[in-house]
Amino acid sequence: MAEKNDQLQKPTVKETDAVKTQKLSKKETDAEKAQKPAKSRASAQLLQHRSTIKRVLAYIGNYKWWVLVSLLLAGVTVAATLYAPILVGDAVDLIIAPGNVDFAGIRTILYRMAVVVAVTGAAQWLMNHINNRITYQVVKDIRTRAFGHLEVLPLRYIDSHPSGDVISRIIADIDQFSEGLLMGFTQLFTGVITILGTLGFMFVINYRIAIVVVFVTPVSLVVASYIAKRTYVMFRKQSETRGELTSLVDEMLGNQKIVQAFGHEDEAQEQFEEINERLRGYSLRATFFSSITNPCTRFVNSVVYASVGVVGALAAVRGLLSVGQLSIFLSYANQYTKPFNEISGVVTELQNALASAARVFELIDEEPLSPEPADAVELQQADGSVAMDHVYFSYRSDVKLIENFNLDVKPGQRIAIVGPTGCGKSTVINLLMRFYDADSGAVRVDGHDIRRMTRRSLRANYGMVLQETWLKSGTIRENIAYGKPDATEEEVIRAAKEAHAHSFIRRMPQGYDTVISEDGGNLSQGQKQLLCIARVMLCLPPMLILDEATSSIDTRTEIRIQKAFAKMMEGRTSFIVAHRLSTIREADVILVMRDGRIVEQGKHEELLARGGFYARLYNSQFAAT
Amino acid sequence: MWKLLKYLKKYKLESILAPLLKMTEAMFDLLVPLVMAQIIDVGIHNRDTGQILKMGGVLVLLGLIGLAFSLTAQYFSAKAAAGFGTAVRNELFKHINSLSYREIDTIGTSTLITRITSDINQVQSGVNLVLRLFLRSPFIVFGAMVMAFTVNVRAAMIFVVAIPLLSVVVFGVLLVSMPLYKKVQRQLDRVLLTTRENLLGARVVRAFNRQPDEIKKFDEENDLLVRSQVFVGKVSALMNPATYIIVNAATIVLVWTGAWEVDEGIITQGEVVALVNYMSQILVELVKLANLIITISKSLACANRISAVFDVEGSIKEQNHGKIVTEAEKARVSADISAADAEGRDRTSAESGKAAGVPAAVPKVEFTNMDFCYAGAQEASLSDISFTAMSGQTIGVIGGTGSGKSTLVNLIPRFYDVTNGSVRIDGTDVRDYPVGQLRDRIGVVPQKAVLFKGTLRENMLWGKADATDEEIYRALDIAQAREFVDSKEQGLDLPVEQGGRNLSGGQRQRLTIARALVRRPEILILDDSASALDFATDAALRKAIRENTKNMTVFLVSQRATTIRNADKILVLDDGQLVGQGTHEELFDTCEVYREICLSQLSEKEVRAHG
Repeated sequence: MAEKNDQLQKPTVKETDAVKTQKLSKKETDAEKAQKPAKSRASAQLLQHRSTIKRVLAYIGNYKWWVLVSLLLAGVTVAATLYAPILVGDAVDLIIAPGNVDFAGIRTILYRMAVVVAVTGAAQWLMNHINNRITYQVVKDIRTRAFGHLEVLPLRYIDSHPSGDVISRIIADIDQFSEGLLMGFTQLFTGVITILGTLGFMFVINYRIAIVVVFVTPVSLVVASYIAKRTYVMFRKQSETRGELTSLVDEMLGNQKIVQAFGHEDEAQEQFEEINERLRGYSLRATFFSSITNPCTRFVNSVVYASVGVVGALAAVRGLLSVGQLSIFLSYANQYTKPFNEISGVVTELQNALASAARVFELIDEEPLSPEPADAVELQQADGSVAMDHVYFSYRSDVKLIENFNLDVKPGQRIAIVGPTGCGKSTVINLLMRFYDADSGAVRVDGHDIRRMTRRSLRANYGMVLQETWLKSGTIRENIAYGKPDATEEEVIRAAKEAHAHSFIRRMPQGYDTVISEDGGNLSQGQKQLLCIARVMLCLPPMLILDEATSSIDTRTEIRIQKAFAKMMEGRTSFIVAHRLSTIREADVILVMRDGRIVEQGKHEELLARGGFYARLYNSQFAAT
Repeated sequence: MWKLLKYLKKYKLESILAPLLKMTEAMFDLLVPLVMAQIIDVGIHNRDTGQILKMGGVLVLLGLIGLAFSLTAQYFSAKAAAGFGTAVRNELFKHINSLSYREIDTIGTSTLITRITSDINQVQSGVNLVLRLFLRSPFIVFGAMVMAFTVNVRAAMIFVVAIPLLSVVVFGVLLVSMPLYKKVQRQLDRVLLTTRENLLGARVVRAFNRQPDEIKKFDEENDLLVRSQVFVGKVSALMNPATYIIVNAATIVLVWTGAWEVDEGIITQGEVVALVNYMSQILVELVKLANLIITISKSLACANRISAVFDVEGSIKEQNHGKIVTEAEKARVSADISAADAEGRDRTSAESGKAAGVPAAVPKVEFTNMDFCYAGAQEASLSDISFTAMSGQTIGVIGGTGSGKSTLVNLIPRFYDVTNGSVRIDGTDVRDYPVGQLRDRIGVVPQKAVLFKGTLRENMLWGKADATDEEIYRALDIAQAREFVDSKEQGLDLPVEQGGRNLSGGQRQRLTIARALVRRPEILILDDSASALDFATDAALRKAIRENTKNMTVFLVSQRATTIRNADKILVLDDGQLVGQGTHEELFDTCEVYREICLSQLSEKEVRAHG
């Protein structure tokens, strides 16, 4: 975020070489990422770029009238900016020598200039403002679209992609895109017009000097790109070494307590200093090489300036050029190279922006959930019978998981799911709630295939309390009422009381209005779970899915949670991911899972008698040690 | 903050020369308009081609000299900045390593990581920029004004008015927009938060069918973001047009004044052109200066954050360097261990104590009326703890979350210093041992099973730098990790990724146990270290530890009653109080909290059955 911060705080004025150096280092790493694929794929990339550009243009198309106005203003701005030096030059030509000054003429020119300057200022501001608006609106549209898509993506996608990656697409990538787009709008177009305009004006005034300028300026571009290429290698080395250092720091400081416990500080320091020393070398060269671009281009510019001065002066001697016109050329020569440098910056920025946009579109293009069939039924209050009928399921086609699984749950029964950590107990939950669809076979509720009902109504019939407690950032009241936003105050409090959460909530600083920070940072794990229970308690649907806590809750809270669970389960079909023997023994059916598979199912005594995996699991817990 | 400057001392020469050279370069820049004026007034007016060519040559020469000065300056400043950054980084890393748990807890690991990485980078580039530009830009702005004065005082007065005006606009826009940008950033964070929340809570959102509301909420946040972005954009969009208008207005006045001056014969036409040129130079440099100031203020903030870390001092101080452990005692300790290993003696503390020739009465670990309070905490996390652990005993520590179990065992290797009372090992206060020696005698297996990048062997050597493969295998055997290591083709050369990502939780946990066992510690601390193991492996592990480490004093922290039920002594913690100590049977009958814990996990019959 720190880096983002820097970028955001960057004012929209022209960059100094200083800021450029800093940004360059970032750009290089990005560029490096982009360049990773082999060159043979370059053409494919180009194609992708083209389709990305088309889609971006489609989004911009919604604001085409504004774009048109912005282009118009850009034209006005550039023309006026280029006209001002001409006026100054004309005025200078009227100031020749003592007693030879045309004051009336100068006054007219200066009045005209005042108008031109005022128009330029106004047009420039308006153009910037419109560009801002267009950019941020387009970005908003895309971001909204991406987020909306997030809500219809199958959980398969969400589970299999690191959340950081998805977040960075919606936040950082779109941000990068907006920067590039804004720069493209403000600088690319004006830059091109400025170059063309300058050339035009110069040729009109004196084509010979114009030719000199045209031939000498590219030298500065060649020099700049030569240096940039050299610098690129150094920057890559620098960022690689920085990455190496950061990962060492991350590892050693992130686990500092272990480092200290094992007295490993000196070794760590040695390793650190070795990498740091390498970094110093690269950093020196990267900084130096990148910082010579400016003096070098400045030197080329001064050569241009000198050439224009000499050629212009010689022309003036021969009467081909006035002193005022010479001053116009001088100020053009000063300005002319700037847009070139800017445009090369914009092009890199635009490339990054397109790469980012492509990543965002990739997310948007991800296939959404299968649509609900037209005749999908609304599951009303379910009676609570659940059946699994020859269900086959796996996350990856090459790793078989659930095969030919059959289960028949009568209304009000308790199903305990047991097995070692990580054995895939959540798979069953995924199938029941239809977070995932079975590969073949059917899951039935009330005798109906759940694929033939709306997801909405199916899920409304389940109450779910997971061990990974998820709470929204918001007040405690909002969280309890999450499943029923229109619940009354009494309902909320009743649910909290039944979940044994009321007493601790009351002790919170603002009671039910206490704001829970992200991930419930200000609550203990147990309190969070009680809130999750209260959340379900408020709706109390006919079927439940509960996940017992393993270890991280203190005994007293745990007893409360048990009581709350028991209260909820009365008369409801419940699936419990169980860790507690008492829960397991009281279950009507125990599903024993191992390595993602259901290996046994039955009642406690039956399973013990069978002497299989369950029996081993059970006994090992009480093995005399 | 100024303390950081001492790291620049090694580069004193570079740090002084770089700005001076840049200033010289700027001086040449300022001469250009004057040379140009010469061309116009002398060359063109007198039709002197030779003079024009000569002056053209002077211009190129000025550019060349400027280039040379500037390149040298850039090199010096890059060298000084890189050296500075490297030195600060090394020192900071060393300093952070000298901090104790108490300070690490207070500052926070992620903060420390940011400071040593991006904060130092920012300061480094700040140093580089300051050396290069800090003198140059103001010099050109004021230099241009001074040059204007040398040309004509009346015309120069226009500069005197224009420069402050420009400064007000440039810095004003910056001042107004910077806090606004921060606001935008905060709003962006809120959008990020909503996104994150919806990803992590995807199941809950869908279970409660709240997708439409979440989209609506996101739209609101997003809308706010756009509005603040557009607003700040509107403000900063003022800068360019406003400065443009001021500079050109000044130019208009300049031309008008110039016209009068020329008419009266005070200045020449060429000098008017020179004045106009100076005016446009000022604008460019002012904008550079403004950007420089932003960077400097950021770098200063970073520098302050770095200094703040330097200001924190490690609270664990060595009081008695090397006083306690004599060579004789060391020999005794190792004899003690090897004797026990060889003979597999009966494991009562009294006997093993005798065998080693230490008075039986001296406990291995002893807590006496110990209180402990975390930094900044209102209440003590542990209060009035007293117990003894004899050599060879296994001590179980049980209690709910936040009851102080981990804190208690962290006090033994002196990761924290006690607030009151004392912790003694072999009868000596832990504060009287040199820290290194103290910790060498203790093997710690932390809750979080972390391994480090490198090979498996390198990880094992953390426990004992000169351990042989044989010793490592022995430790792996006890930790129930041998089988898994043997199943890998590379064996001990198996590469471990950062954090041990390429291994499963259970594998990592067994390896961290082995790492602690490699050094054959006198005291082994297992801080809830078997949570990722299934019951069977957990049991086998405990059995192996018991059988193979006769004289080791083992602290077993756990939430599972089954894990600690067979310990020689069980410590029951509840909310920082030691509410019971004794064996399983004793405690089950006498300690209410212990009973509650057991019964919440086992049935009464089970509690009794295998005791």
